[in-house]
Amino acid sequence: MPVDRLLPTDESRDLLALVRQIAAEQLTPRAADDEAASRFPRDVFGLLGRAGLLSLPYPEEFGGGDQPYEVYLQVLEEIASAWMSVAVGTGVHALSCWAIAGFGSHEQRKALLPDMLGGEQLGAYCLSEPQAGSDVAAMSTRAVRDGDHYVLTGTKAWITHGGEADFYLVFARTGDDRTRGISAFHVPAGSAGMDFGAPERKMGLTGSTTTQVLFDGCRVPAGHLIGAEGQGMHIALAALDSGRLAIAAAATGLAQAALDAAAAYAVGREQFGKPISDFQGMQFLLADMAAAVEQSRATYLYAAKRRDAGLAYSRQASIAKLTATDAAMRVTTDAVQVLGGSGYTRDYPVERYMREAKITQIFEGTNQVQRMVIGRDVVRAARG
Amino acid sequence: MKIVVCVKHVPDATAKRSFDAADHTVDRAGVDGLLSELDEYAVEEALTIAAAGDGDGEVVVLTVGPEQALDAARKSLQMGAHAAVHVVDDAVHGSDAFGTSLVLAKAVEKIGSDTPVDIVLCGMASTDGAMGVVPAMLAERLGLPQVTFAAEVTIDGTKVTARRDGDVATETVEATMPLVLSVTDQINEPRYPSFKGIMAAKKKTVETWSLADLGVDPSEVGLAAAWTSVQEVAARPPRSHGEVVTDDGDGGRQLVEYLAGQKLI
Repeated sequence: MPVDRLLPTDESRDLLALVRQIAAEQLTPRAADDEAASRFPRDVFGLLGRAGLLSLPYPEEFGGGDQPYEVYLQVLEEIASAWMSVAVGTGVHALSCWAIAGFGSHEQRKALLPDMLGGEQLGAYCLSEPQAGSDVAAMSTRAVRDGDHYVLTGTKAWITHGGEADFYLVFARTGDDRTRGISAFHVPAGSAGMDFGAPERKMGLTGSTTTQVLFDGCRVPAGHLIGAEGQGMHIALAALDSGRLAIAAAATGLAQAALDAAAAYAVGREQFGKPISDFQGMQFLLADMAAAVEQSRATYLYAAKRRDAGLAYSRQASIAKLTATDAAMRVTTDAVQVLGGSGYTRDYPVERYMREAKITQIFEGTNQVQRMVIGRDVVRAARG
Repeated sequence: MKIVVCVKHVPDATAKRSFDAADHTVDRAGVDGLLSELDEYAVEEALTIAAAGDGDGEVVVLTVGPEQALDAARKSLQMGAHAAVHVVDDAVHGSDAFGTSLVLAKAVEKIGSDTPVDIVLCGMASTDGAMGVVPAMLAERLGLPQVTFAAEVTIDGTKVTARRDGDVATETVEATMPLVLSVTDQINEPRYPSFKGIMAAKKKTVETWSLADLGVDPSEVGLAAAWTSVQEVAARPPRSHGEVVTDDGDGGRQLVEYLAGQKLI
């Protein structure tokens, strides 16, 4: 059964119907096979781009859909229910476009955004480094000005779409100040001096390629600097809350898929002469899963509505990320429990959902970092 | 080039479909509906033909049915059709293929009253009634040539050449516009609407016509005027559990015997 959603407009209802159709016909049928074979579905992003799904939150003047986050995130949730790797990739791509859309020059936007938002050009977001994960400002990748170029040297880590993307949004140090010494660059794939590590051998999201990106004297035209020198940290932080909301929505979709699979199995599986869904113990398990999914959805939508209304939503974004991803871990684990021995096999999707859920508690700011953000805000408010 | 595509709003085949208990017509209120999948091929073909040549072709989508049937027309507009006509009238309820083709014919004539229609495009059949006779009836009523079940279409000026794949032979058929053309699910890969298409569809013209607007006498259509009537409906018996063949070395032979016994081979 499709999720019964509250949507603000007729066009958003039609949009969600379109997303469900594309998900059912193009994503769900191949997700399990591609994940099992660690096959990156590049063509899917072209399809999503042509349908206008990669540009939904961007303004119409850039060829975007001008949709509120309330709608965009529910689209992302539906995609995640069908294929988590694609939802994460869509979120990462949106994040990679954000810098040019928000801080790029008129020329950069005109030249780059149409293909980025149309899905012709897939993006990767290069912020983390081996020694700079949660502590982003510890980054050491350097960009040194040399005539009309910058020369990049250093290693970026955990890069989604590494080696697959057409462009890389790269944050690198142009000065020594911990935060004000960082700048943002647009680096096209194929730039000399850029290379990739071997794909990480991950527990889940195996359809999504993750690598290190290695810069060794990579020359980037000075015109590819985004915003001003030293503005990089500001650019990175500006997209942070939006990125967290995307993960909250994707985690909610993943949990929804696990709940749907568990409920369908419980209704069909008979023991002691009746469907196991007739046992109260099973119903309580399903009830807790359903409650967790709807709590997640309500929480991320509240943050999204604050964002759409122009209100501060940093704290709410962290709460949504924390709530939805912890819930996804719990719900997917319980889905395996509902399916019993079958749930533990790769013949059913729930064990994959469980493996995919784990990373959502880690990336886009670990849930410990989210608690730090929320806790600091609580204390700041109490001090007045 | 002006193309009219006839589309039907049908109950979702994946939902639980049923018949009305009183008059044995398809229950269209109690189930989600959508644009008949087979009609998507007709819409796609119309859009492709209209975009070819100088690209100034116009595609008008035509649907007959209750209020919610407009959804089928709207989906076609989102795919790229330029305008829509929705014939809605309580008297149409229960129409058979004869009644439906009469309403469609009158609507096509009215659509063509300002600039003439070159092609009337239909899917090969609906996914609910699945009779596949409306295109032929429509051609007869309009006095136009009919080319049905086309799996490939090429247009050269006003000449239309179609490939028809039969069980034992493939025919190549030629006709001259104006004509009625029905297409199979082999002809193309229907496009998805895009979000831009969804937004653009909001601004497109949708005309709503009644039988009176078309000059159709209500007594000529509807359940009472239908040439056929459904006497009885019964739910399909639940599927039985099949027969399990245990392979003790002669599993293949047992399978063959079973299939031969069922006259399947």
